[in-house]
Amino acid sequence: DGTSCVSVCARCLAKSDGVISIQDNRISIWSVGDLGNVGLNGEYQGEPQLLCDIRHNGDVMDMQTLSANQRWEKAHYHVDRDASCGGAACTGVICSNPEIVTVGEDGRINLFRADQKDAVRTIDNADSSTLHAVTFLRTTEILTVNSIGQLKIWDLRQQRNEPSQIFSLTGDRVPLHCVDRHPNQQHIVATGGQDGMLSIWDIRQGTMPVSLLNAHEAEMWEVHFHPSNPDHLFTCSEDGSLWHWDTSTSVSEKPSFLHQGGRSTTYFSHNTINQSVVSAWLSNDPTKDRMEITNLIPNQTLSVNSLDILGPCLVYGTDAEAIYVNRHLFA
Amino acid sequence: RARPDPRSSCVFVVRKDQDIYIQTLRKLFNESHGIFIGLQRSEEEFAGKSRKTQLVQVSKNYRSVIRACMEDMHQAAVSARDPALHSQYSTQVSILSAMELIWNLCEILFVEAAVAGPLLLRLLDWVRLHVCDVDNMVREVLSSENPSKHELFWNVVDVFVLQGRMDEARHLLSKEASANPTSVNMCRILDDLMKKMPVPSLGNTQTLTEMELKWQHWHEECQRYLQDGTFASNSHMESICKILLGDENAILEKKELMTTWYHFLVTRLLYSHPTVKPMELRFYAQSSMDLFLGGESSPEPLDTILMAAFEFELHQVIKECSIALSNWWFVAHLTDLLDHCKLLQSHNLYFGSNMREFLLLEYASGLFSHYSLWQLGVDYFDHCPEYGRVYLELHIERIPLNTEQKALKVLRICEQRQMHEQVRSICKIMAMKALRNNRLGSALSWSIRAKDAAFATLISDRFLKDYCEKGCFSDLDLIDNLGPSMLLSDRLTFLGKYREFHRLYGEKRFSEAAKLLLMLMTAHIAPCSFWMTLLTDALPLLEQKEVIFSAEQTYELMRCLEDLTAGKSDKQKFQDDDVETMKVEMLRLALARNLARVIVKEGTLEGS
Repeated sequence: DGTSCVSVCARCLAKSDGVISIQDNRISIWSVGDLGNVGLNGEYQGEPQLLCDIRHNGDVMDMQTLSANQRWEKAHYHVDRDASCGGAACTGVICSNPEIVTVGEDGRINLFRADQKDAVRTIDNADSSTLHAVTFLRTTEILTVNSIGQLKIWDLRQQRNEPSQIFSLTGDRVPLHCVDRHPNQQHIVATGGQDGMLSIWDIRQGTMPVSLLNAHEAEMWEVHFHPSNPDHLFTCSEDGSLWHWDTSTSVSEKPSFLHQGGRSTTYFSHNTINQSVVSAWLSNDPTKDRMEITNLIPNQTLSVNSLDILGPCLVYGTDAEAIYVNRHLFA
Repeated sequence: RARPDPRSSCVFVVRKDQDIYIQTLRKLFNESHGIFIGLQRSEEEFAGKSRKTQLVQVSKNYRSVIRACMEDMHQAAVSARDPALHSQYSTQVSILSAMELIWNLCEILFVEAAVAGPLLLRLLDWVRLHVCDVDNMVREVLSSENPSKHELFWNVVDVFVLQGRMDEARHLLSKEASANPTSVNMCRILDDLMKKMPVPSLGNTQTLTEMELKWQHWHEECQRYLQDGTFASNSHMESICKILLGDENAILEKKELMTTWYHFLVTRLLYSHPTVKPMELRFYAQSSMDLFLGGESSPEPLDTILMAAFEFELHQVIKECSIALSNWWFVAHLTDLLDHCKLLQSHNLYFGSNMREFLLLEYASGLFSHYSLWQLGVDYFDHCPEYGRVYLELHIERIPLNTEQKALKVLRICEQRQMHEQVRSICKIMAMKALRNNRLGSALSWSIRAKDAAFATLISDRFLKDYCEKGCFSDLDLIDNLGPSMLLSDRLTFLGKYREFHRLYGEKRFSEAAKLLLMLMTAHIAPCSFWMTLLTDALPLLEQKEVIFSAEQTYELMRCLEDLTAGKSDKQKFQDDDVETMKVEMLRLALARNLARVIVKEGTLEGS
């Protein structure tokens, strides 16, 4: 690989065994090949094949895949914003076919459609600080996080350029870097901060997080709920670790990891403020909610910038200009 | 690396290190970084043999990275359409190949420090691995239908013999035997000799003296056969027998099959002195090179380096490599490994640091000019005890910060190493940039990170200025949600509280608003320049139907107004325009009226 891997997307892993990566500001699609070549601990033995390659101007900060027919939208929809002295970095992109939403260092939110060249809607100065990440809450609502520790909900149906709700951290306004929504229970949102803290929010109630979990020692760059197995959460950080948070309580379901090297697990019990008992993430029953946390990287050196998961596959990229694919996450 | 001569005036063409930008080499830098870190972190828990095994493994890892890179580079060369690019890649392939050759030899001689016996075996492996010019020929002959009839057949047999690959040589001989009945007898004898040839063992199955004894007997047997003229009728086999006897001339005849003097050296050792001791290598090496080159050609840089290695002149090896190679990667990593093997005396260079540190510093500094590889450089500096920190401090401030994420990474590195000054400086740069782009929230976020009160004050002043000009606050989402960061600077606290005042007023909680407003002035949270604005804000409260300010409060307000006007010099008062004077007048009037009302109200008895 060529440059610090800033973003990986495993969206196509199930369909075409592919991984998208960044290489010297090129977006590349790799085929990770068939299952026959897998080694003992799920590490792929052969060389990934480069399928196709597109050049991009500037650092690629984030990426998504669009349609189920494996049509990747090209970089020209990945907009460099115009701030007063030139371009501003676009820090996050999310799509829900055919709509694409992007946010950036200029505090702007752009809404695109896959078939239209110009932005459908632009919210200028949506935020006075940098917007670090965006994700869809519902089909017409998005969540953004910014560098003064605020989580905002925007209703795109409304014409006014104000967020419909603002949540913020208690205490210090630590910048939030990533956000993800629970795949099934849309009121549960997870965010990661600059101090490596994982916050779980219930956006139906209150303006403060439901639980704060001390996690990494440095910025948490990405947080993802497992799309089909949402009792599992994954976070990656500047400190070089990638953590797997497992709240599935049934013993028979508990995955064991064949990962070589260190396996550091800690048992955590939630400190919750809220009384909601529906999901394991919001649960506050100390006898029931034991969360297993595992660091999936045995010899950590440089930052893990991005991760993605689909089914049993985990893919992540590091600042050591390498991408790792683990195809047997729950083996 | 020319040393500037002060007497001559020349123009120097300064060129950036190009190697770090070569795509395929980046894998080398990244992977070797991982190995380097692993080596530094590996505690010296193991002593003696297991430590040595550990270090040999590290050396092998480095070599396999070089080889992987060579593969990639080769692929790139093959697929390159531009001839200039093709030649660049091909050159890189040969450079990498030479690096691996040198490293491998250093591993055998220094890291593993092979002793007499295993030394020869390792050297044989080394030669077999690296002299591959003959591989094509070998493949061609072996894959032909009738190998023994191939014109290059005997060449291939010779190659096997020269490289000590006895089994393969014997296999071919058997083909010759079956194809050529007349030479069956000779083949059998030669085969037998080859089979019986004693070789040093890796394990402890025999001592050196035992081996030497056996070898002496075997040597004599070969001698007998040669003198008896057994192979007289077949010149090929006779020459092979001579080679087995270590006849230098016979070996030298096969120059083209050996291609290099070090191959000649190893072959010579194999057949004349297989129990060679490491310290004896230098004599054989020098004479081998002389004999092989025979005065026709002079040694190339690679030859000099290898010779220095055979002579166990470590510093010479490193020096020659530094000169020959265009970038510090090789010498930096090799020296570091050798240092871990405790082989380098603390050879103090004239500027005080030792060789290992010097090379690592040079290498890491080179990495810093790259937009992405600088992160590797950080770790290298960390492991340079004397000057690493200083170098890091200087370099890290000069990394161009085009995105916030990069700035965050740099900051994290600085914070982890308690480089507070660099943190402040970088945060200031980012905050200034944000301010210029009118991203006040970002600017504030950077000041909070650096705990920079002065900058926070600057930002607050900007907000207040905006307010005065536009009459309303921009970026309410920020000001309304300052939280504990409000305490970072007085001005910021004032901003937060002032906004709160506006909010209270908007919610019609007038008495609370009034109290807050007064407190802002009396507690000196508000800057003096703003007092006029605050007093003007008090006007609507004073004009309310209901009395809001108590007598006490009104007195306070009046005092504030007097302080403000008294503070102005006569000249200022003269320059004050009508608006200003009118404002003051209105305030005095309003305050007086309020005082009147409130005195009455407070003096009135409740109820009755």
